[in-house]
Amino acid sequence: MADKKTLAFLLMDAPYESARTTTAFRLIDAAARRGHDVSVFCYEGAVALSFAKQAPHANTVHGRDVAQEDHPNPKDWIIALTAQAEKSGGTLTWTNCGLCVDERGVGEAVAGVGRGSPVDFWKMAEAADNTLVIPTRG
Amino acid sequence: MDSYLLIESRDALESSDVATYFYDLAAGLAREGSPVTLFLVQNGVFPARRGAQTAALNAVARAGVEILADEFSLRERGIPTDRLDPCVVPAPIDVVIDRLVQGRKAMWH
Repeated sequence: MADKKTLAFLLMDAPYESARTTTAFRLIDAAARRGHDVSVFCYEGAVALSFAKQAPHANTVHGRDVAQEDHPNPKDWIIALTAQAEKSGGTLTWTNCGLCVDERGVGEAVAGVGRGSPVDFWKMAEAADNTLVIPTRG
Repeated sequence: MDSYLLIESRDALESSDVATYFYDLAAGLAREGSPVTLFLVQNGVFPARRGAQTAALNAVARAGVEILADEFSLRERGIPTDRLDPCVVPAPIDVVIDRLVQGRKAMWH
């Protein structure tokens, strides 16, 4: 694509806690579908988005088993977004803050997710054409 | 001249700094002559309803700010586009990517 750009995003919210996560995934999806290179850096609770041991669950209240409930896990969305980026001719680079990972014990991430430090976010922002920080609510 | 993309995710009735800080920031930047887009998303779309709290948004629009409301957030909250104040235009979230690609300085609130 002629006008291919690199966009960086910083996420902070833990999974299942804020609409900001949904919006962030929508933005990353929109950028990936357009073939842009996307860099994501996760701080704080957002490092759990890629935790490999997330598991879908049944819904006994509504009488649905695991398959019927089809409960979404963000780790699967990250995998899908990575595939979408590659399909569209771009890349998705996903990096977690290592200290935040260790604090939360979520070191087992899905394939392709890296580990970094705040300086890596600075490098991402320096290398990107633009950056959007989506802060957790103060 | 710098151009800006301001993303408001909160309802003006939910956070007192929405109108007094973020809307004012958008209007102030526009009055200085900068192109400014205010993109309303999540609960940020509630004030876009005609008659809800549109006086504050009308003032932002009069300053020259382009005000867009995320179509998905509107649908999630059951707000039909014909209920929007005329100063607000429904838009897909792709617009945010377009503006980022253009190099707009972006801020999320």
